[in-house]
Amino acid sequence: MGAKFSRRTLLKGVLATAASAISMQPFKKTMAHDFQGYQSNRGVLVDLSRCIGCRNCEAACSREHGLAPPDEFPENFQLLEQPTQGVRRPDQNAFTVVNSYESALSDHPLFKKIQCNHCLEPACLTACFVNAYTKTPEGAVIYDADVCVGCRTCMVACPFSIPAFRYDSAFEARIMKCNFCFDSRLSKHRPPACVEACPMEALTFGYRNELLQVARKRIRDAPGKYQNAIYGEFEAGGTSWLYISPVPFEQAGFDLQVPRQPILHYVKDFLAVVPMVLTIWPGLFAGLYLLARNRKITDDSSNHEDMSDETIER
Amino acid sequence: MKPLSGNLTDAVGRAPVISGGEQRLLDKLFLGLSGRDYLTRVRTNPLNWVICLILVIGIPLLCQRYLYGLQAITHGSQDYPWGVLLGFGLFGMVPLSASGFLLSTTVEIFQRDDFRPIERLALLNGLLGYFFAVVFLLVDLGMPWRLTYPMVVSFGPAAVLFLVAWHVATYLSVQVAEILPAVSEWAGWPGVKRFILRITLGLTIAGIILSTLHQGALGALFCYAPAKIHPLWISPEFQWLHFFVSSIFAGLSMVIIISWLVTKTMSWRCDQRFLSSLDNITLGLAKGGATALITYLVIKVVAVAHDQEWLLLISGWGFYYLLEIALGTLVPLVAFAYGVRHRRVALVRWGALLAVAGIIWNRLNTVMICYNYRLHQEVPHWKELWVVVTLLCFYFIVYRFILYRIPVLFRWRE
Repeated sequence: MGAKFSRRTLLKGVLATAASAISMQPFKKTMAHDFQGYQSNRGVLVDLSRCIGCRNCEAACSREHGLAPPDEFPENFQLLEQPTQGVRRPDQNAFTVVNSYESALSDHPLFKKIQCNHCLEPACLTACFVNAYTKTPEGAVIYDADVCVGCRTCMVACPFSIPAFRYDSAFEARIMKCNFCFDSRLSKHRPPACVEACPMEALTFGYRNELLQVARKRIRDAPGKYQNAIYGEFEAGGTSWLYISPVPFEQAGFDLQVPRQPILHYVKDFLAVVPMVLTIWPGLFAGLYLLARNRKITDDSSNHEDMSDETIER
Repeated sequence: MKPLSGNLTDAVGRAPVISGGEQRLLDKLFLGLSGRDYLTRVRTNPLNWVICLILVIGIPLLCQRYLYGLQAITHGSQDYPWGVLLGFGLFGMVPLSASGFLLSTTVEIFQRDDFRPIERLALLNGLLGYFFAVVFLLVDLGMPWRLTYPMVVSFGPAAVLFLVAWHVATYLSVQVAEILPAVSEWAGWPGVKRFILRITLGLTIAGIILSTLHQGALGALFCYAPAKIHPLWISPEFQWLHFFVSSIFAGLSMVIIISWLVTKTMSWRCDQRFLSSLDNITLGLAKGGATALITYLVIKVVAVAHDQEWLLLISGWGFYYLLEIALGTLVPLVAFAYGVRHRRVALVRWGALLAVAGIIWNRLNTVMICYNYRLHQEVPHWKELWVVVTLLCFYFIVYRFILYRIPVLFRWRE
């Protein structure tokens, strides 16, 4: 076959490969390089010392989103945390859940509400290959079920394990996730349903920048009452929902292994390799081909029979 | 199917004596047998009955999945979004299908004509592996009818999966083109073959690029979960290289096994060129496999050193990790090295079997067993496993159907 390739066919082949490689890789203008987050990013400050575990937020959320009302409150608070199956987590029937944690420091169980934290640089968004997720300037991370393919990479990527999949329907399968009440409330500058339903003011709605000041002031004003940290200030690159706690965060079921870098940071190295492979491989392997062919022509020059036999064989 | 006697199969190895379009096509489809004889042979093969049994339960399970959702056949776990269907079907099948690009590179780029007898088998193995990876995907995706959305409707080009989708789709077409010469000989389209031969070099280089990137990208997908997967199975800087390098010995081992199986079960379909050169080819493949295995071992150690995970090795997960490395990498490496040096083809083949099992094990570990290792362990639903076996049966049926007919293991004599 070696003799069949002229330099021109080779060049044509290489150019065609390169052209097709480039044309199949649309490049995206990305803001990720030094994106500092939206100034208008709203958030919610959760003060664990104020939560009494009434779960009004769960009920309000279900009403707002037309989901089934939450289960009866269990007699035993500890039922909310099931060590064998993990804690109750948001799923296809509930965008937010309140779990209780036994804590050595306080005389009553500690309650923690979880929901989508609406990251500043959402992992779900960066992992989605059909762009189903959007980070709005108001701070909400919203999901478009009309383009979702159901690959569930967002569930793998979310460091807080929030997106849930509706597995029990073949035709209306979709991701179910808190959307910060974006359509009905946040886009009209109103706080989400859960915040409005809280009787203890454990949830404070506002601009994220200002909530960080509020949180620091509370920690400063009551020495010893809170841990001197705000969960969500840096986790996964920062989240819209922020938590302050009277007990160490790991005792309240927070995952302290969530990296401080946005999740995108961990895939950037690979994404940078892609254009290099696309541009270097064609030349590299065309060169190797030429080297191998030249050697073969030299080797076979004395024995031309083999070459012709080769051509027939193909 | 029982081996067919030589004089019957001769009829499909070259243009049959009986001409006339329709008769010739039937000869090609029924391997030169009459329809009744062909059916008798299908019926008398016990393997077909086993397949039948699996399908009788498996096909209703598939219907259940498409009518009532994934929950009907899986646990529908929110904590383990990817199960065996993807862990085996996509993440396991794709590295085993690296054979196509590896052998076409060997033969077309490096001009190693001594591997030419096995090139088509490697190409076919690659094509079918990818095709069935997509079939597995179609079962596991929530909305399979939107499979083409990342290509035509909505783009998320900064996502690793976008790369995988585009590259697998393009590479599938490249592989269809690469196998076309064999199909065109069978179907009698000489023009197609001539055209493909002219663009072989371009196709081969495209295959290398696309394979490097999407084999790597399948690994890079797990960089999205740096804190969820056990640290020994994830090192974001090297993950794509781990997946790419391991696909090299996985693909080579898969060809060693498949070529071994065909000589055992359908030697009547192999020509002398294939049979007589297979031992040398197997040893050659093992030589390449050993090189890839030692490279993989070293970069795995580099990852442990780079992430400073030495202490983790003496935990329960650490022993499990070492077991995976020992059985899936070290033993095959020794088998390949010893087998090549002392020309022990059988040893090489058993080593290849272990390497293939090891790579599937590694992918299942990364996708589900060591994923969310701090939570409960998920045991797959029996229906999910049954569906996996069902799809493997389809894979087997298609594979066998093609090998019986298309000139992959033999040369077409026109």
